[in-house]
Amino acid sequence: MSDLPLIQADRAVPPPAATTSTGGRGRRLRLLSRTDRVVITLMVLVPLLLVVGLIWLPAVATVLLSGTNWDGIGPVSEIDWVGLKNYDDVVNIYPPFVPAVQNNLLWLAALFVVATPFGMFLAVLLDKEIRGSRFYQTALYLPVVLSLALIGFVWQLIYSRDQGLLNAVLGTQTDWYGDSNVNIWAVLFAAGWRHVGYIMLLYLAGLKGVDPSLREAAAVDGSSETSTFFRVVFPVMRPINIIVLVVTVIESLRAFDLVWVINKGRNGLELLSALVTSNVVGEASRIGFGSALATIMLVVSLVFITLYLATVMREDRR
Amino acid sequence: MSRPRSQAEYLARLVPPSVAGLNRRSLLAGAAGTGALLGTGLLAGCGDSDSDSGSGSGSKTVSVGSNQSDPKPKDVIAKVMAGFQTASGIQPAVNTVDHNTFQENINNYLQGKPDDVFMWFAGYRMRFFAAKGLAGDVSDVWGKLSGYSDAFKKASTGDDGKQYFVPASYYPWAVFYRKSVWQQRGYQVPKTLDELNTLGAQMKKDGLAPIAFADKDGWPAMGTFDILNLRINGYQFHVDLMAGKEAWTSDKVKKVFDTWAGLLPLHQPDALGRTWQEAAQSLQQKKSGMYLLGLFVAQQFSNDEQNDLDFFTFPEIDPAIGAKALDAPIDGYMMARKPKSEANAKKLLEYVGSKDAANITVKNDPSTLVANTGADTSGYTALQKKAAELVGSATEIAQFLDRDTRPDFASTVIIPALQQFIKNPKDIGGLLTSIENQKKSIFTA
Repeated sequence: MSDLPLIQADRAVPPPAATTSTGGRGRRLRLLSRTDRVVITLMVLVPLLLVVGLIWLPAVATVLLSGTNWDGIGPVSEIDWVGLKNYDDVVNIYPPFVPAVQNNLLWLAALFVVATPFGMFLAVLLDKEIRGSRFYQTALYLPVVLSLALIGFVWQLIYSRDQGLLNAVLGTQTDWYGDSNVNIWAVLFAAGWRHVGYIMLLYLAGLKGVDPSLREAAAVDGSSETSTFFRVVFPVMRPINIIVLVVTVIESLRAFDLVWVINKGRNGLELLSALVTSNVVGEASRIGFGSALATIMLVVSLVFITLYLATVMREDRR
Repeated sequence: MSRPRSQAEYLARLVPPSVAGLNRRSLLAGAAGTGALLGTGLLAGCGDSDSDSGSGSGSKTVSVGSNQSDPKPKDVIAKVMAGFQTASGIQPAVNTVDHNTFQENINNYLQGKPDDVFMWFAGYRMRFFAAKGLAGDVSDVWGKLSGYSDAFKKASTGDDGKQYFVPASYYPWAVFYRKSVWQQRGYQVPKTLDELNTLGAQMKKDGLAPIAFADKDGWPAMGTFDILNLRINGYQFHVDLMAGKEAWTSDKVKKVFDTWAGLLPLHQPDALGRTWQEAAQSLQQKKSGMYLLGLFVAQQFSNDEQNDLDFFTFPEIDPAIGAKALDAPIDGYMMARKPKSEANAKKLLEYVGSKDAANITVKNDPSTLVANTGADTSGYTALQKKAAELVGSATEIAQFLDRDTRPDFASTVIIPALQQFIKNPKDIGGLLTSIENQKKSIFTA
């Protein structure tokens, strides 16, 4: 599930080649056999249909449904239009909404400011080929292999107030998952634990790909190790940096599994994704209301997607 | 309402007002509505219905969606299903889903490809799905069932007058405690709220958490709200409040929360990070003195500890109201609207509603009461006998907050609101205004 940004990044690279070779491309097209053209058409059409059918249509449907009070049962013809009432309700009378937005932002900030840099730091350390680096690498990457749901259970054993490891070791009575002042941090720690390993591996791969002669040249020029990293290695890894950035934003926007496993995203662990789910998926089935929340989430995501695309496209034009 | 003189009479009170007050006109309207829904359903499914019935007639299997995910009930279901296989030669395939997850997904589950037979609850929740045409009519199964009073039949009846539910078990909510702890400390069962407060203070002095409490999953606190509401405002107010007819901002509701706020210091702290199992274990480990929960709390006690478990009904708060109303939800089975093999599904329903199935449950599960009165209940533990007596002596029976009201209201409004109250019991006014605003929006939708 985590390979999504990688694909996007890959897709972001080819376009310059296509645009620069427009002149030659027309001639080459005529050289293509009939079969080739059918294959190419299919290769364009099938993914296009999938994207439209599985992403664009549901997104549009969500926006449309957000103006209704549909309960998810019965034919489409029975759906009543209620206009912007759902949005009005979300903002004005739905208490979990504001905490959810705050928590989403906090999630982004925590991953961005703490977990991601720490993952980079570990990657740099491991890149030094210290003794047992394979072991550290495996240990740090292990949480990424586990599903977030499982991570929720693992941490439940640690955080449980009455029977948990942490309180037993520390001799405290902190209600790690229940106290709404504490639980978001406890959960962020668990989420960060996983995120660090992910970023570390991405970054390690990037570091391995840096041309060693660059470092040698920097060393010959008398650059210290720190300045070599920040002035030479870091800028060279720009593509990886963008991927890491995007991964961080996506991870924080789609944060969901962990809080859902813990307490369905209530009592201090509100997240937009959890609110959408509890309204749309549950027995409740307030599809219209949940769709309004989903639309708000879509708008928030669009902000980041636009920023990202703008950056990538500017890159390509250069 | 006066006390019922017989079990049948008390069971008659389980019938929700919407069914009890069913007149001919609404019956006809309901039937017409169901007909329309069935019509659309048939139209949508006509493509595969032929092949389904063709393969179904000869098949020897039936699938069962089970929400009984806790070890003990799961084991009991397995034994009941084994009994069915022996009796009928039909192979039941049980798909067990975590209790809460099953509940959360019921909507999609029923509109997708549900199991032929699935477990569900009586009350608003059963009637809701029946009215939406998402459940199969099992009226002819009822023709073959015996051992059920007319009242249970009515509790299994949808808004259109047909049966959609086969009751299997029910359990009362009460305040549980360990006899050995109480004997050792010389505690007496409290009869009034003052006595409960005094007892709680004494328990605190003795180093116990007076009332075990957990609300991480969101629903256990509903039981506390229900019982306080039943004691302070009575059964009819509970029904009206749940139906959205009474204002949450009224003084009556405010009094419930005020009383609860007064009792909160006696409750185990940090309830929002604890599951009901963990709270029950604190009672089992003699760290808490009492625990208000359903009879299923017994699951957390080993077999030799069962005799040490006892309970009393929540004490009286208002003498004019008394202490005779309680929550005692009914669990049972329903049939999918289009089971793969209707014949097999109905055979299974007939079996789970039979004495034989009830007898298997009695033998294996000390935490529930069987609905079939024909069952041999001599195997009941002392606790079960007492529970059956308690329910028999109750004047009114509620099904539980989230079974008596709209699910969207219970899960998206009440759960967060009650958790908010537990976290901050001071701002009751603001909380009730918030609930009332959301209630208006949901109930008028």
